[in-house]
Amino acid sequence: MKPKLILVGTGMAGTRFLEHLLEEAPNSYEIEVFNKEPVGGYNRIMLSPVLAGEKTIPDIMTHDEAWFEERRIRLHTGKMVSAIDSVGQVLTTFCGETYFYDKLVIATGSNPFKLEIPGADLPGVVTFRDIRDVENMLSVSQNHNKAVVIGGGLLGLEAAHGLIKRGMDVTVIHRSEVLMNMQMDKESSQLLKSHLEQESNGVSGMKFHLGVNTTEILGQHQVESIRLDDGSEIATDLVVMSIGIRPNTQLAKQANLDVNRGILVNDFLETSAGNIYALGECNEHRGQTYGLVAPLYEQAKILAKRLAGQSVSYTGSITSTMLKVTGVNLFSAGEFKGENGADVIVFRDLAKNIYRKIVLKNNQVIGALLFGDTTGANWLFELLRQKQNISPMRDTLVFGPGY
Amino acid sequence: MNRPVFLSPEDIETTCPYCGVGCGMTISSKTTPVESDSFEVKVKGSPSHRANYGKLCVKGSSAGETVDFTGRMLHPQIDGNIVDWETALNDVAKTFQNTISEYGADSVAFYVSGQFLTEDYYVANKLIKGFMGTANIDTNSRLCMASAVVGYKRAFGSDTVPCCYEDLEHADLITLVGSNTAWAHPIIYQRIVAAKKQNPKLKIVVVDPRRTATCDIADLHLAIKPGMDAALFNGLLAYLNQQKALDLDYIQKHTEGFESALQKANELQGNVSDLATQCDLNETDLQQWLYWAVHTPKMVTMYSQGINQSSSGVDKSNAIINCHLATGRIGKEGMGPFSITGQPNAMGGREVGGLANQLAAHMDFSDPESIDRVARFWQAENMAQQNGLKAVDLFHAVGEGKIKAIWIMNTNPVVSMPDADKVKRALEKCDYVVVQDCMQDTDTTRMANVLLPATTWGETDGAVTNSDRTISIQRQFMQGPENARPDWWILSEVAKKMGWIDAFNYDSAVDIFREHAQLSGFENNGSRDFDISAFANITKQEYADFKPIQWPVNASARNGTHRMFSEGRFFTPSKKAQFIAITPYSPLSQQTEDKPYVLNTGRVRDQWHTMTRTAKTAKLMAHKNEPYITLHPDDASLHQLSEGDLVRVSNELGQLIGRVDISSSQRRGEIFVPIHWTSQYASHGRVDSLIQANVDPLSGQPESKHATAKIERYSAQWQGFILSRTAINPELFDDDYWVKITGKQFYRYEIASERALKNSQAWAKIILSSSEDTEWIEYDDTSCKQYRAALIKNDQLHKVFFMAADHKMPSRDWLGQLFSATELSPIERRSLLAGKASGVKDPGRMICSCFGVGINTIIEAIEAKDLVSVDAIGQALKAGTNCGSCVPELTEILAVELNSDISEKTG
Repeated sequence: MKPKLILVGTGMAGTRFLEHLLEEAPNSYEIEVFNKEPVGGYNRIMLSPVLAGEKTIPDIMTHDEAWFEERRIRLHTGKMVSAIDSVGQVLTTFCGETYFYDKLVIATGSNPFKLEIPGADLPGVVTFRDIRDVENMLSVSQNHNKAVVIGGGLLGLEAAHGLIKRGMDVTVIHRSEVLMNMQMDKESSQLLKSHLEQESNGVSGMKFHLGVNTTEILGQHQVESIRLDDGSEIATDLVVMSIGIRPNTQLAKQANLDVNRGILVNDFLETSAGNIYALGECNEHRGQTYGLVAPLYEQAKILAKRLAGQSVSYTGSITSTMLKVTGVNLFSAGEFKGENGADVIVFRDLAKNIYRKIVLKNNQVIGALLFGDTTGANWLFELLRQKQNISPMRDTLVFGPGY
Repeated sequence: MNRPVFLSPEDIETTCPYCGVGCGMTISSKTTPVESDSFEVKVKGSPSHRANYGKLCVKGSSAGETVDFTGRMLHPQIDGNIVDWETALNDVAKTFQNTISEYGADSVAFYVSGQFLTEDYYVANKLIKGFMGTANIDTNSRLCMASAVVGYKRAFGSDTVPCCYEDLEHADLITLVGSNTAWAHPIIYQRIVAAKKQNPKLKIVVVDPRRTATCDIADLHLAIKPGMDAALFNGLLAYLNQQKALDLDYIQKHTEGFESALQKANELQGNVSDLATQCDLNETDLQQWLYWAVHTPKMVTMYSQGINQSSSGVDKSNAIINCHLATGRIGKEGMGPFSITGQPNAMGGREVGGLANQLAAHMDFSDPESIDRVARFWQAENMAQQNGLKAVDLFHAVGEGKIKAIWIMNTNPVVSMPDADKVKRALEKCDYVVVQDCMQDTDTTRMANVLLPATTWGETDGAVTNSDRTISIQRQFMQGPENARPDWWILSEVAKKMGWIDAFNYDSAVDIFREHAQLSGFENNGSRDFDISAFANITKQEYADFKPIQWPVNASARNGTHRMFSEGRFFTPSKKAQFIAITPYSPLSQQTEDKPYVLNTGRVRDQWHTMTRTAKTAKLMAHKNEPYITLHPDDASLHQLSEGDLVRVSNELGQLIGRVDISSSQRRGEIFVPIHWTSQYASHGRVDSLIQANVDPLSGQPESKHATAKIERYSAQWQGFILSRTAINPELFDDDYWVKITGKQFYRYEIASERALKNSQAWAKIILSSSEDTEWIEYDDTSCKQYRAALIKNDQLHKVFFMAADHKMPSRDWLGQLFSATELSPIERRSLLAGKASGVKDPGRMICSCFGVGINTIIEAIEAKDLVSVDAIGQALKAGTNCGSCVPELTEILAVELNSDISEKTG
């Protein structure tokens, strides 16, 4: 009898883990997978194009039911796991079914943050996390034309972009003066803002209220407007909250695993209970939680190797963001802000909406922010990771490799 | 029409506008008659011209690229306002007339040029000496070969170059004294190189404090102590006597004054060992040269500015001539003392008498009969009776207010005169300065009250005479600017307006040439060397068909004269040549604690004079493009200077800033600075502002090759460069260091400052004049003191600026190429401020200007293809196979590469 491995969650970390595991240790486990959503695995990053009408749900499915079937993995969709008995190595679903496991991998991801303000539970207030959220927004957009997105991070801007493409008039509210302040500095934020404010190809521009907080959502039976702490009020039919995510630790807490912000794991991605592992956005490793795909993939690979019997460990990820925000390429990594006396090299070609910035300390790259032109991003990221001395190429560093 | 128009349906034979070699050129009729600003004509060497037989140097080869109207003076101007010719000519005529009547004839002066055509020269000389009544006319030839003139006249009784170029091919020993022939007279150098290949017996000796590119072909280089040339040749005279190598028969029959000359030589330089010490030469080397001189009858001594530009230049010439007279090595094939001139028509100027101490047609003021003869010939109303002021004295008189009106034609004394800042101040004070030139902006045109636009090379006809007495014609092949006029026309019109209508009633250049030829033969009867009376009746058609010919050309020498003095008859009263007893003395400016360095000056290979023509073509700017200071490695380390650092050279007169060029070719304690840079092209590049105005007492020629100065590091806080499609007003640079370099479709500025920049971006925006219709790209690495910016207009690179803490910035070549692009590709745009193309190799500093081959390319080819000879480099890269000017440098690069190769293998 093969040992039984159960995976909870078929998000991007979970499915990637399965791929690696099947590669590293084929036929070693009998695998069962639980997913609360009524589908298999899909590329969550591609939800934005779905919202914008550029892609459909089938386009973004990565692991449909057939995929699991072909690999003899038993997939339970639409089944929430409600409890774990870590001593007995048994888990229970909402419907009361129980399943034994030899190894359990928790990859429950994260939940969107919701503002706890008056009116937050009015109909018309949504988050932007999964397929259901997208469907919600799309149905509102069919009959209404005003939307507010709270949160000017990457997801918020993508939601705003999608809604504009669906014909809505969208205002973005953001607490910071800097859009995408996890990935950008003030200068690039201004470039992005003016880019987004422009009307292009008949699609209207976004409106912004930066440096303000939402104090209240108003409406009788449905969202009608929001109120900001500068006193202004904006009429709207839809409020999308996109103010961040929080690791989904509900199940772990219930099972009495050690949890801080996320499910605590060691360098082998083991939780405090034997034979239970936590993977991806739901965990916390060396005090760090991750919300980007690259570290999750790294963890998935390490865990797969681990469970294939290899002696590898995970020591954390240096994160970088490489993405396309509504047509603008962006890369940012490390300490891209350039504070605390670090050296900063900047290249600007504002007419072409290009801004590139390298942050150095002791002639080592400690951060980079490439806006509008991400040539050489990978190369720079390697330099950053390897802490290479860049003195010989400092003069051309910001322009990328090959000089 | 102020666009160049090519005139001829046929090839036109003309003469090169540059140096005194006087090469024949063919202007190809294949030139497309485009009417655009970037007009060029195709030029090749004229195969039949006896100066060059089809060859041209890099300057000559690119002369066709300098004929567009960029920077040309287009209108007569008075006090900065454009006027018509009538107004301008009347103003000049009236002012000269009034000045003469109020202050006398000696209150006016002309300062003219060895680039004048003979006809222009003739009319200028006639006007001032015969009609205005003063001999206050001098010329930039004063700075060039005045000492050689006086040397010849003292020895031969006439200003006669005895040799011809063929003598170089017949000689067995050529001693080049004070002449960097390879750079200053490249075609003569090429002839010597070819002669050496033909005749392995031929020995080449270079006498020069510097190891110049000319030493490349030398069997022996005597790195003589500056100024000791007269001692060296006195020593040779004494040695020839000791070795019984004299031609006593010749001395007795054809010369006078031998005894005293020998006695002086014996007394002062009679001992070889002492002579070696005096000249600071290795005695064995000295012995070698002396030995060759004793045993080689076919000896040519060729000398140039290293001899002439000296406070004892005349004596140096005569010390050389003495040796040739004492051995009878003159007037025969492969022999003679051969002075080489620097300008295309210095010799023509000498022929018409365009110097203050000449009268006309090789006649002097010392002879009242001559004055009378010329007066009668000219029917002169106010014949000058005595010598006028020579250049240095002339400008001194301007400064003192004695000369109240000066007319400067086709020369740039604010750059080229010694103590040049004083000349500038003198002109600033002068009541009336007329400047006649082809260029609008020169350091001298800035001083003018009246500007008169002259035609230039290719736009008018006229004769020139080269260093071996060959008269050729510079012919018109294109239409000049609408309002530009030939110099002779301008002078004649003023003369007519001053009332001398009949004397200056010329229709074309040939009328003047004919009169000049008539004067040369007028009451001559063999008494004067210069005689071209064969042309006394020359017709317009004959002038158009004129073939190069060496004067004298008269009834007894219809086909001209290759060699002079073949019969040992000279033009002194006794008909015998004169020995001159020489007491050598040192240069006047001596090193002191405050001025520990001897400052030597000279030309660079691809530039000519004050760069008004050569700086127009990017090709010629690629070789050496900034003022530089060559110094010995020990002196460099003493001042902790590295190659490319900026250094300030200064003395009580002025200062110069340039790049450090470290070379063991320089003697310790001596520095070299090129002469070419003006205020148009560099902030602090005028070396003549440092030259003390010491002159030879006999020739009045300044000691431009020997000043003294100190050097110190220019402590640049930052350095940078700008490439710009349009010229930048240099006033924006304040007092900072800048150099302007012409590129293809752009100007390049190298800049540096001793003041830190507070806000690089703000400064750059002003300098590059950023505006609404342009796009701004920038790069900022503040902690490394690096800032770069580019201005894009209509997707084209308009301006680009790089700034850094030091001079180590990317090669400007790649950026320069982008100016030729009609549109920048996105990759080019991104790479712009990186200063190089991604992944493309940098060819490095330009070595072969003709084919654009850079040093990195050459070194790489030497290594990759195991090239072991200059010919092999030529086959692989074409470098050095056109004009050959870079062959010495290729040889040097090859030597260095092969050496390092050997040491790598053995070490």
